[in-house]
Amino acid sequence: MSTIGTPVLPRSAPTKSPAESPADRFDPARAMAQHADRSRIALTAIGALLVLSVLLSLGVGAVAIPPADALSILASRLGLPALTDHTSVQETVLVALRSPRTLLAMLVGAALAVSGAAMQGLFRNPLADPGLIGVSTGAGLAAALVIVLGGVLPFGLAAIAQDVAVPLAAFAGGLATTWIVYRIASRGGRTEVATMLLAGIALNAVAGAAIGLLIFLSDDQALRDLNFWLLGSLGGVTWDRLALAAPLMLIPALAAVRLARPLNALLFGEREAAHLGFDVERTKNWVVVLAALAVGASVALTGVIGFVGLVVPHLVRLAIGPDHRVLLPAAALLGASLLLIADVLARTLVLPAELPIGILTSCVGGPFFLWLLMRRRGLGLW
Amino acid sequence: MLSARNLTVRRRGRAILDGVSLDLETAQVTALIGPNGAGKSTLLHVLSGALAPCAGEVRIAGRPLGAWRRADLARLRAVMPQSSELSFPFRAFEVVLMGRSAHAGRSSEARDLEVALAALEAVDAGHLAERVYPTLSGGERQRVQLARVLAQIWPETTSETTSEAAADTASDTASDGLNPLPSERLLLLDEPTNNLDLTHQHQLMRTARLWADRHGVGVLAVLHDPNLAALYADRMVVLADGHLAAQGTVDEIMTAPVIGRVFDLAVTIERHPTRGAPQLMPV
Repeated sequence: MSTIGTPVLPRSAPTKSPAESPADRFDPARAMAQHADRSRIALTAIGALLVLSVLLSLGVGAVAIPPADALSILASRLGLPALTDHTSVQETVLVALRSPRTLLAMLVGAALAVSGAAMQGLFRNPLADPGLIGVSTGAGLAAALVIVLGGVLPFGLAAIAQDVAVPLAAFAGGLATTWIVYRIASRGGRTEVATMLLAGIALNAVAGAAIGLLIFLSDDQALRDLNFWLLGSLGGVTWDRLALAAPLMLIPALAAVRLARPLNALLFGEREAAHLGFDVERTKNWVVVLAALAVGASVALTGVIGFVGLVVPHLVRLAIGPDHRVLLPAAALLGASLLLIADVLARTLVLPAELPIGILTSCVGGPFFLWLLMRRRGLGLW
Repeated sequence: MLSARNLTVRRRGRAILDGVSLDLETAQVTALIGPNGAGKSTLLHVLSGALAPCAGEVRIAGRPLGAWRRADLARLRAVMPQSSELSFPFRAFEVVLMGRSAHAGRSSEARDLEVALAALEAVDAGHLAERVYPTLSGGERQRVQLARVLAQIWPETTSETTSEAAADTASDTASDGLNPLPSERLLLLDEPTNNLDLTHQHQLMRTARLWADRHGVGVLAVLHDPNLAALYADRMVVLADGHLAAQGTVDEIMTAPVIGRVFDLAVTIERHPTRGAPQLMPV
């Protein structure tokens, strides 16, 4: 660093700030454009994957329905001339079975993934999961209560058909558990997120124990029905039930996208978000309400499907980063496709039986998550 | 600009702040010093609105804190936290851009980008723009956070003034004329020099000083080092045990009796050889 004997020192030579030379200067507009391009490519790819998954889900099964036939059936349903000579069996299968099931998978996948992403933002923890606020186990417990003890309910309640009572009870149970968790964590208009997390863990444990007790008490039939809840399945959905639950999943998932900016700010901490000008308490309330509705409705129809809400947001972050403005819609699309693919596998892998989809998602999701953990540690992020 | 009256915060019957009143003026740097546990951070939280006092009131520009719309307040008052945990892989540049949140709908995206970059360069962190925040060192994070809060209250003038301001901040040259103040603004810094090396401690304080002089920002900084405070601040506020122990100009506070009483430490005061500011030395 000695300058002795150096008659003229170039002005910019000793500074180490790269901002000095125009060529090296970081161009924010270009970086943002690159980032936007990347997001667009990822969104397009995820969209294409979703289209493929839908075709796969509509087409694969005991009765094959190629895309052309599916289109033809759709056309004839709309009063247009049929495009191919599709069979009436194909039509019945597509309309009564595959279509509602495909729609259900998309809705549930999107609802779980968006709720997961929003929860991770709310808890400022990439390990958070929609189940943390107790909604899944609460719903499972309520469903188990109806399944196991339904036969002995008083006041003629036992007469209510189980396929109506169980989803309703599950939905109510999920909301009730979340409400309890939320009440415990709130005081004087403020909600302590850390307390909510711990209360959720405690309530999950209690509900899990109660479910275990109910399993212990149940007969063979109840045990089989319970399996549906604890392992998840998209089977047996009808248009009626879908129509009832669809708004409960779709509307919260869409509404959550409006929380993208405050959720971004929340990642920096509640105080920082408030100082940046966001209404933190309102954001927290909305995230919990929307997630409880979306997850409650999806658990009511399909039982507990694990790992989708945890893993999908991570996959999206890997591709396009943590900005919720892109993350939330992309997670919805990817969640929808992945659950469709999982469902296709679940109903074709062990024909003629059907694998509970929750087993499949946990089987794939668990190891994948471990890989993610190790990769992140390798990058020094944790 | 900001006036606080009789702020009292009690927790489990113990007064953490007890009847603290103070005023912050525009274009002034005020240093808040005091021993550990004196209530400095608590006071900053109350002044920033993050914590509601049990008694007393904070007004900014004459209006009580609670009467401000959040976004309006955020455009004239920025708060730099002691430390910011962030486990999501935002890039430093995106972190700074977050400071523009309250300007959504009022400021163009291009302008936000320009401000964010200028703010990063103002804290000597332009080269960190594309780095992933959780992988930065503590000192680098602190500088990125400072850039974020500067971007939040960046002067709303024409773009050439902006780049000029950035250049001035970076090179720290003396100016011959002050820019007109578009509005009054306030910068609250909670132990901003934590984790910073010597160079960047002084650079940060120079930046704060510059923003007070050049842009008329009222700065309050919680500092541990009275000597550092004395070099850059106009006024010093001393907290001890939740009470306002003393407040006044640097020369009034940096005296052996005041420092000795508050910190329970015998000191002598000398003048800085070139800058004239009082500096204390333990005896």
